[in-house]
Amino acid sequence: MNNEHITLHTQALAAHPYFNFFWDATKQGVLLLPHCSSCHKVHWYPRSFCPFCYETKLDWRPSSGDATLYAATALTKASEPYIVAYVELAEGPLMLTNIVNASVNNLKIGDALKLSFTALDSGQQLPVFTPA
Amino acid sequence: MSVKRKDQAYIAGIFEHPTRHAPDTSLVQLHAECALGALKDAGLTASDVDGFFGARDIPGSNANWFIDFMNLKLKHIDSTDAGGCSPLIHISHAVDAIASGKCHVALITLAGRPRSEQMKTGTAPRPGEPDRPDSPWEVAYRPTISTAYAMMMARHMHEYGTTAEQLAWIRVAASEHAKHNPHAMFNKPVTVQEVMDSPLVAPPLRRMDCCVISDGGGAIVLVSPAIARSLKNPLVRVIGSGHTVYGQNAGYRNMTTSGAAVSGPIAFKEAGVTAQDFKYASIYDNFTIMVLMQLEDLGFCKKGEGGKFVSDGKLISGQGPVAVNTDGGGLCNNHPSNRGGITKLIEATRQLRGTAHPAVQVKNCDLAMACGPGGFIGTGYAHATVVLERV
Repeated sequence: MNNEHITLHTQALAAHPYFNFFWDATKQGVLLLPHCSSCHKVHWYPRSFCPFCYETKLDWRPSSGDATLYAATALTKASEPYIVAYVELAEGPLMLTNIVNASVNNLKIGDALKLSFTALDSGQQLPVFTPA
Repeated sequence: MSVKRKDQAYIAGIFEHPTRHAPDTSLVQLHAECALGALKDAGLTASDVDGFFGARDIPGSNANWFIDFMNLKLKHIDSTDAGGCSPLIHISHAVDAIASGKCHVALITLAGRPRSEQMKTGTAPRPGEPDRPDSPWEVAYRPTISTAYAMMMARHMHEYGTTAEQLAWIRVAASEHAKHNPHAMFNKPVTVQEVMDSPLVAPPLRRMDCCVISDGGGAIVLVSPAIARSLKNPLVRVIGSGHTVYGQNAGYRNMTTSGAAVSGPIAFKEAGVTAQDFKYASIYDNFTIMVLMQLEDLGFCKKGEGGKFVSDGKLISGQGPVAVNTDGGGLCNNHPSNRGGITKLIEATRQLRGTAHPAVQVKNCDLAMACGPGGFIGTGYAHATVVLERV
């Protein structure tokens, strides 16, 4: 399997040290979501401020782990095909992710999904989803 | 609608490089050949150029080295990069620069060699720069251009009942146009069934839903009204433009609407037109679904009714209310540098000049538009629309 994406992920994390706490939490099996302390909206992907009202105080809370499938596909030509999806988190926003332990042919838009984690060779834990 | 149209700048020269495979030339040479071709078409020379506009496809990632290579003596430069729609933004900036007297002869070039470089444009994950703000939450999932558009397609089908067959008609129309274009990368007509039988790339997206990977390029020369009137070409002027970055809205964006919903109304309002006024439109066709969504978002039909609008060959010149991409588009003709912005402007200009292939030329075409996306659909996605008229 081509591991270029893991190298890129490692480089991306190194370029954004502010979010080390987010990746530390994934190692405890927690996906932290940023809740705005002012307008209470949850945004994704994470910023250090609310991108709706620009409040800088955010409450980082563990996600419920619940989501529904917004859209999914698979790169069928890849040596090991993988499923790329947008999921709608129970907390509100859409999130780009992978669906694991599933076949793209059996996934339907609206399907209930549950948070899971994939261990990367880099030692990082990647938040992914699996059919509920 | 009655809007007093401003007489600001004219497209005096166009050139689309005939090559679709250029293994034995350099990127800078392609840019130069495009530049010289468009200047010749305009009846001007490189010594006349006093403004240059180009994006990241120029070797060196900004315009400085190319300007030095061409030995241009400039008063105005612009290296704005917004992905494939960059030339549509350059046109807008060049109009402003000419109107304000910053320059009088503006040159725009675009070129690339992704085919020679054996780039897997749609199916290889694009390495995002590590410091791109979305990278920590994107790159590890290996999204590709094809997976992004496949998801848009799946979602549009789910929400509106759009079918693979309807989308296939967009490819069929492109191929029916491309058969008249001797330079087109694919100029053999295809049927709906052939599109639907082509290999799956990322379900439901099939190979023939995707544009070509071609080498080549193009250039445009934009000039002041006084200079345009001193030259020989038909007078084609820019009467409206709009651009935006249509991002993810931090997780609250539906995937069935494109940035055309923002850039289109801005450009149409400036020009005082609606979609129903156009008999020709260049609609960026990196994927069939993107044509359908932009047609809806520009108001050619209601949202969700794009499938019906594109079916049964209605995008083929002479067969529906608006002819789309009569050069064969990105789907069949050309997508140099994986960027479709310049070819979209060039074919719209040909239509307005009356110099498109006779088999696809729209009768009395005096109003045309070009639009398209740029960058990666999702987190870093621009969109631009330009309205042109012949006076």
